Amino acid sequence: MSDVRMFDSRPATAVDAESPLAVSNLAERARRSAADPGVTLRERAFLGHLILRGGAIVLDEAVREVLGVSLPARPGALVHDADGERSIQWLSPDEWLVIVPEGEAYSLEKRLRDALGDAHFAIVDVSGGQTLVELSGPRAREVLMKSTPYDVHPRHFPAGKGVTTIFGKATAILRRPDEDRWELVLRRSFADYCYRWLVDAGEEYGLAVEASGR
Amino acid sequence: MFHIYCPYCEEHREEEEFHAKGQAHIARPADPDACSDAEWGDYLFFRDNPRGIHHELWVHAVGCRKFFNITRHTVTYAILETYKMGEQPTITAESLARGEKAGNVQAASGGQQTVGASDAAVASVKGAQA
Repeated sequence: MSDVRMFDSRPATAVDAESPLAVSNLAERARRSAADPGVTLRERAFLGHLILRGGAIVLDEAVREVLGVSLPARPGALVHDADGERSIQWLSPDEWLVIVPEGEAYSLEKRLRDALGDAHFAIVDVSGGQTLVELSGPRAREVLMKSTPYDVHPRHFPAGKGVTTIFGKATAILRRPDEDRWELVLRRSFADYCYRWLVDAGEEYGLAVEASGR
Repeated sequence: MFHIYCPYCEEHREEEEFHAKGQAHIARPADPDACSDAEWGDYLFFRDNPRGIHHELWVHAVGCRKFFNITRHTVTYAILETYKMGEQPTITAESLARGEKAGNVQAASGGQQTVGASDAAVASVKGAQA
């Protein structure tokens, strides 16, 4: 049992929430989506993002117990749980990013803290600090090739890999959950810039934007 | 542009992701209070500027954000090896001068030629590292 005091950041009553891309007005751009898009851009807002820090051996046991997947120890590894909703990604030798569906971050953090007890670790809820944008479509890789110096060829970037790298002069986490989709985890302050970059870069392939409706 | 091997990410990354942070292997004096001003000044401000092999501290700033060491040649800019914090280099000015095969770098039979420095320069590098 952990003696760290936790703050439940979930509001007790319904309040308006705005994603970092609220100012970018995706809904307006969505109305001008290409009919036969080469690239489809979709924001997955309000997911729960947690940063886990600590030794791999200590964290592995707790993550196995709570998330049901083993901690990816290999650099650049990204694993999903059985239904593909929850993911955990290697960020550095002692740092992992966990992304879970909306509203699960608090309970997950609590269960991880209980499982880890007095071990030497840190968990930080960074859900408000970043957002996730998903790219799909046959030309999505070409958009990325223009935007990042990282080699996104399938031979070098297979599904189940994720890296922190430069994205259009900003930084972003680029990940590939499966063969057809790419995910970008964008910092809040870079989100609008990166979205505009993506719209500009995707225009020539026919871009469709799907707004989340919130 | 360099492709730099990050020993923590275990792959080559674009130079843009890294920052150089100066000379590596500078030990903080164990007892600063017992240091003379000259010793403390040396520790804080004075750095080697060798012609040839230089061990440097770099950080993978956009990436794993870990510090690591690079052995670099200041004349050719060749990066000879990268290694984690706390480890010692396998390639040094001395090892190249001896013509040793170290890591994946094969020094030429006249080690100095690979280093691109004269005997005197190698001696001065050795002196600076002693």
